[in-house]
Amino acid sequence: MSNQNSLAVDMQGITKRFPGVLANDNVDFQLKRGEIHALLGENGAGKSTLMKCLYGLYQADEGDIFIYGDKVKINTPNVAINKGIGMVHQHFMLVQPFTVAENIVLGSEPTKNNMIDMKKAIQDVEKLSEQYGLNVDPRAKIHEISVGMQQRVEILKTLYRGADILILDEPTAVLTPQEVHELIEIMESLTNEGKSIIFITHKLKEVKSIADRVTVIRRGKSIDVVDTADATTNELANMMVGREVILEVEKSAAEPGEVILEVENVHADNDRNLPALNGTSFQVKRGEIFGIAGVDGNGQSELAEVMTGLRKLKSGKIMINGKNITNYSTRDIIESGVSHIPEDRQKRGLVLDFSLFENMILGSHYKPPYASGVNMNYSSIKKESKRLIKEFDIRTPNEEVLAKSLSGGNQQKVILAREFNRNPELLIAAQPTRGVDVGAIEFIHKRLVEQRDAGKAVLLISLELDEILSLSDRIAVIYEGKIVDILDIKDATEEKLGLMMAGAESETVVEGGE
Amino acid sequence: MSEEKNIAIKKEENRYYEMLANFIGPFISVIAGLLVGAIFMLSIGRSPLTAYAVLFNSAFGSLAGISETLVNTTPLIFTGLAVAFAFRTGLFNIGGDGQFLIGYISAAWVGYIIHVPMIIHVPFAILFGIITSGIWGGVAGLLKAKLGVHEVITTIMMNYISLYLVAYLAGGPLKGATFLPATKKIFDSAKLIKLMPNIRGSRLSIAFILALLTAYLIYYILWKTTIGYEIRAVGLNSEAARYSGIKAAKNMILAMFISGGLAGMAGITQVLGLQHRAYQPFGFIGYGFTGIAVALLGKNHPAGVVLGAFLFGILQRGSMQMQSIAGVPKELVQIIQAIIIFFVAAEYIFKYIAHKLKENKGGVTSVE
Repeated sequence: MSNQNSLAVDMQGITKRFPGVLANDNVDFQLKRGEIHALLGENGAGKSTLMKCLYGLYQADEGDIFIYGDKVKINTPNVAINKGIGMVHQHFMLVQPFTVAENIVLGSEPTKNNMIDMKKAIQDVEKLSEQYGLNVDPRAKIHEISVGMQQRVEILKTLYRGADILILDEPTAVLTPQEVHELIEIMESLTNEGKSIIFITHKLKEVKSIADRVTVIRRGKSIDVVDTADATTNELANMMVGREVILEVEKSAAEPGEVILEVENVHADNDRNLPALNGTSFQVKRGEIFGIAGVDGNGQSELAEVMTGLRKLKSGKIMINGKNITNYSTRDIIESGVSHIPEDRQKRGLVLDFSLFENMILGSHYKPPYASGVNMNYSSIKKESKRLIKEFDIRTPNEEVLAKSLSGGNQQKVILAREFNRNPELLIAAQPTRGVDVGAIEFIHKRLVEQRDAGKAVLLISLELDEILSLSDRIAVIYEGKIVDILDIKDATEEKLGLMMAGAESETVVEGGE
Repeated sequence: MSEEKNIAIKKEENRYYEMLANFIGPFISVIAGLLVGAIFMLSIGRSPLTAYAVLFNSAFGSLAGISETLVNTTPLIFTGLAVAFAFRTGLFNIGGDGQFLIGYISAAWVGYIIHVPMIIHVPFAILFGIITSGIWGGVAGLLKAKLGVHEVITTIMMNYISLYLVAYLAGGPLKGATFLPATKKIFDSAKLIKLMPNIRGSRLSIAFILALLTAYLIYYILWKTTIGYEIRAVGLNSEAARYSGIKAAKNMILAMFISGGLAGMAGITQVLGLQHRAYQPFGFIGYGFTGIAVALLGKNHPAGVVLGAFLFGILQRGSMQMQSIAGVPKELVQIIQAIIIFFVAAEYIFKYIAHKLKENKGGVTSVE
């Protein structure tokens, strides 16, 4: 069968419609046997939709799917699994208190005398793990192992069910740079064993370093299929966005002034009442962008929350402009000159069922010129909103539109407009470009640098190491709620930061010489 | 680039359709309720045409009829507003009946305990009733805000507390000297002015005008003031409200206070405008619960609430005469009300069907 067809997957003319939206428009996609094939596109370009059609989560309205040359109809994930297709989702689907082996066999447990044969399960997992160099302990509990390990468990789960074709949905989003390297090795050993891999991403660098070929999708159409060796990242970016993009952030050297934010030995718990910040300390100066790098879940969210009055400190001190604002209310902190771009714009940054003009004044709604006494002054609110829509290039028919009608990038611009409009001394930007397309990223980065150049302070919290590296003047690495070290941008490299993000001190990093 | 804008315009168009559906939906539900009611009437051998003619006639056929319809409408406007207002903060006030009774007994007490000129007496009785019933509702808001106790549980429980409390007060400490299980009669200075004094037997008082003014006031608070802005923000996304420095707890307590006061107004006007004394209650009259239906029918908008209350006022007014003249049991009106609510609540099903129909037509216009 292999001689007659070297294609593991052949999707022809896939069209998928949703009400009012054409998510996939006559898309062709071909995965060769044994290759790593990247599916590159911006958020909402239609790459996930295409893969969901392949995995049986959606059904294409038009088009045919061939697996190893056989035409198939995949209406459920079970059919996909039977055809040897496995998918690793961006958000893991693991039972936390279960062991690795229990999770892997879940749903297709080996049995002996109608009882689960755990011994065999563990042996099976060990064998698979060894075969592909995955190096996981079948007896470990999920909540005890790292995110990178959990991802391997997800990969093992698909292999255990006999997957030949693996779909990895944005697999690197949750990993440290080192873990990314390890994942690349695993992917290579998988393809050496004859597996074929589809790798969904919007990160250009990874496409170059991981994939053999890449299919670029833009606005539901497949734009091109190229060998990654033949394309530069800039070319890929242009294909993805459909116009010239400047990937580099242009900025001059920082001219830091006096200290504006002091965070001193802060301790705080997370939502589950477990310690999240364990003695965090740092200072941010005027005229600099101070980046906080780290793997997700090391206290970044809690840090942004204690600084904005959304979470109580257990101990420690936070000063703004020399004023102690520890455990101040959110409104008092905003009044002290702090603006906050929250990490989750839909959950926190916007009232989605409010119109744009109502969202534009959230947090300043009680003050002139937006209100006099208890009366809202909607005519001046709308006037100001119109001005901001223009200034921040928010693509909307008018200011009366509900926030939920806008695209992700434009929603983010609404938040940006509002927070910049307060003219803050300190801007806390948490994941300011998450889920935003390349064009909007450019814009947001430019505005952050402008804020810095205006002599204001910017605290940038981001999981994207590239973003931290290209914007920050100084970088602090947070690990388990503590600042591991603070580096000047000229001393910071991806490798160094990566090791620190995994908890290594900077001295050992230097000595390690990696 | 402009495609993004197109999507936003498209979604915006959908929003206008949605707003249109907000008007049409309840209208269709009412028609459906009447139609299903007709089927029931036919099944017991009565003529729905006669029955509905009687219903219409009794509600609108005479000035006295209209007056009585509006009397029935008045408390429902208040309790409907109470439910709608709380709902805007994301809270479900099921305690309307309890708050009604607290307002009822409070106003009666002020009505006979002091004797001052009407210009002071009436406002004071109203204000006192609003404060007590507002606190009664506010307690549920406080428990929710500070301890996270669900307001549905607390307001239901407080309904029973208020029922037995008011029953005790009206039959005990506050009982009048007569044989009636009720408080003393309020002074004339506490009574609300009649609107149609020339119509014989008309019970309609300025309570109805007060209800309309209150509806406008609630509209104004919700959409023209910072209080309303904050309350709606909390109701739509309490996380975002908190993030922007709005105190969700404060707004929950405030909203439940106002909601309680609104339901209390139904009781207050009942005493000052109609009964002129508080009778010992033996069960809930049900204005609070009907208020939920009214708010649902009115899409939690003050104008919708007024219309919803009016409809229910008509139905209640007509039910008696439907029984005596057309031979249709008056409980049938309750069936009709229930079916209307069923259809309003089941609107999701209609939306789903409409959505499916649109999808089949292939309304594909733009790309994301």
